[in-house]
Amino acid sequence: MQETGFRKSVIPVTAVLLAILLVWSIASVLLNTPWQKDIYKRAGTQNVGAVEFVKATMAQERPVLPSPQQVAVEVYNTTVKKKVTSKRSLVYHSKITLSSAMLGFAMGTLLGIVLSVAIVYNRALKKSLMPWIITSQTIPILAIAPMIIVVLNSMGVQGLVPKAFISMYLSFFPIVVGMVKGLNSPDTGHMDLMRTYSASNWQSFWKLRLPSSLPYLFTSMKIAIAISIVGAVVAELPTGAVAGLGARLLAGSYYGQTIQIWSALVMASILAGSLVWIVDIVGRLVTHRMGLNHA
Amino acid sequence: MLESSVAPKALERTLYIGAACLGVLGLGSLLLQFFGASLLISTSLLVVVAAVVGNKLASHNSAMAAVWLLATSSLAAAFLIIFLSNYDAETASVPYAFWFLVIASWALAWASVSRFTEINTLSRTVNGVLTVLIPLIFGVWLLLLWEFVTQGHDVPKVLLPAPSDIGDRLVNSVPTLWADFKQTFIKSVLTGYIMGCSAGFLVAILIDRSPFLKAGLLPVGNLVAALPIVGIAPIMVMWFGFDWQSKAAVVVVMTFFPMLVNTVAGLSAASKIQLDLMNTYAANYWQSLFKLRLPEALPFIFNALKINSTLALIGAIVAEFFGTPIVGMGFRISTEVGKMNVDMVWAEIAVAALAGSLFYGFIALLERVATFWHPSMRSTAR
Repeated sequence: MQETGFRKSVIPVTAVLLAILLVWSIASVLLNTPWQKDIYKRAGTQNVGAVEFVKATMAQERPVLPSPQQVAVEVYNTTVKKKVTSKRSLVYHSKITLSSAMLGFAMGTLLGIVLSVAIVYNRALKKSLMPWIITSQTIPILAIAPMIIVVLNSMGVQGLVPKAFISMYLSFFPIVVGMVKGLNSPDTGHMDLMRTYSASNWQSFWKLRLPSSLPYLFTSMKIAIAISIVGAVVAELPTGAVAGLGARLLAGSYYGQTIQIWSALVMASILAGSLVWIVDIVGRLVTHRMGLNHA
Repeated sequence: MLESSVAPKALERTLYIGAACLGVLGLGSLLLQFFGASLLISTSLLVVVAAVVGNKLASHNSAMAAVWLLATSSLAAAFLIIFLSNYDAETASVPYAFWFLVIASWALAWASVSRFTEINTLSRTVNGVLTVLIPLIFGVWLLLLWEFVTQGHDVPKVLLPAPSDIGDRLVNSVPTLWADFKQTFIKSVLTGYIMGCSAGFLVAILIDRSPFLKAGLLPVGNLVAALPIVGIAPIMVMWFGFDWQSKAAVVVVMTFFPMLVNTVAGLSAASKIQLDLMNTYAANYWQSLFKLRLPEALPFIFNALKINSTLALIGAIVAEFFGTPIVGMGFRISTEVGKMNVDMVWAEIAVAALAGSLFYGFIALLERVATFWHPSMRSTAR
């Protein structure tokens, strides 16, 4: 869908994005109007022109809804203009969130693949484990993230690992589900062919099951990597973390710095979007190299 | 009952032999230590007998072997629990025999699961019981191992309370838990879920007539569905105040996009030939929408409903971190963590997990009723 319609979709997507920006700007003017009126009333200013008024609503210091350009300027200021090592640089905070998300994603992917292989090759495990894997995701892990972090802290595990653990818990699930499907995806004809070659379990795993599961793996990894960013951001909230995008969100909400909240959100979105894009590209390259159709 | 039995595989054989050996080891180490723990001696004997008899039975009759192994492993577990409750793990560490026997009876339980999966029958009731029983054994043993390790090793309650402690706390604080559940689940989650899902669905129907909007919104929606939307929680709390409305707003935004994307995808699921058939019937847009395309989209819509059921709970609980009235599951979790009342936190988690599972299960059930005709609902051959 995305491949074939790329050209065709550029114009509509741009239009939709522009429309979103427009709605955002209008909403920010409307939502900030009461406060701006209040300011003028107290200052005793009267007869403010409409253009000037709109301009003023879009340039408040602590707006209810910051205007797009305010957020853009803030993101620019805190990424390009600040030193990367500065604590006020979003790049610095993104790096921290990114590293725990990546560690969690790697662990989750590994765990997911191991579990799915075990499930595919052991019927007892399939029947007993699979329902619990699904149940595991109905536990709002994000909600208990603070406790996991506190517990791990008191056990002497600090820094990246507790946050990565949350990301791992969230990201192993799509991998297990996708890989179980993928490892079972070779059709009966292919499996029978392997049998006529008298291939061992090991051989049919390496030469048939694993290659044919790759498209499923990459699809799952796209979900998993996006979700592991979410996990890392939220894991930073409750710990009173001093660094990371989640910490920026929390600090922003404590001090009413809406622009800071929005720029942290935009940054997290850019991070998630580009990671998904990278996995997509890698997935396409690999499956193309192997002569598989992208599933 | 007369089904032929599949001979146990090598792995399973190892389980029997391992259980027997560990039982003997437990017995041996007991005889060495010999300090009046007759309960452990009888458990060891039980495990040995269970493993030997189970091994014989397994080659003849899967069902009998499975039931025998389940019964004996449960009995052994019960013995171990009684032993543990009379034992003061704080003063002296639990004898090694105990751990051998824990592993041995767990191996027996696993062997019984292995046998249960080999039961081959066409009876629907038996199959239904088995699909519940097999995961249940696994789950119960997970809890048992948790209990054994926390009690036997005397793990501090601040770190990880035993399931029995959590159960106690759960039973003793029903009113608090119920108030939190009402605030978070019934007010925030359900309201937000219903509003978000219906909004996503309606917008999908609206843009369905415009290919331009569809082409533009679908990639954007896909992108947004991958974004960390929970992050808007502080903003929503600023806008809608501390009470449940702000949590519901977060849930609305979180559930909107998965619903939109899935419904749009589902509406294009009807095949060309089916659409042509509707054309030959001279069906208008609405007729073909209601009679063909919406039913065809149902699996996609239910998929979104299922994804959203877990998202909604997460959104509401996380939003409570940013300010709440003094009730709610997220509020309770964060304050009880601060007070180091970890058993209360786990009780809250248990409630959340139960609510989440029931919610998910309810939607899965609805799906079964509504899309019984769909190929994805056909029971596959094993």
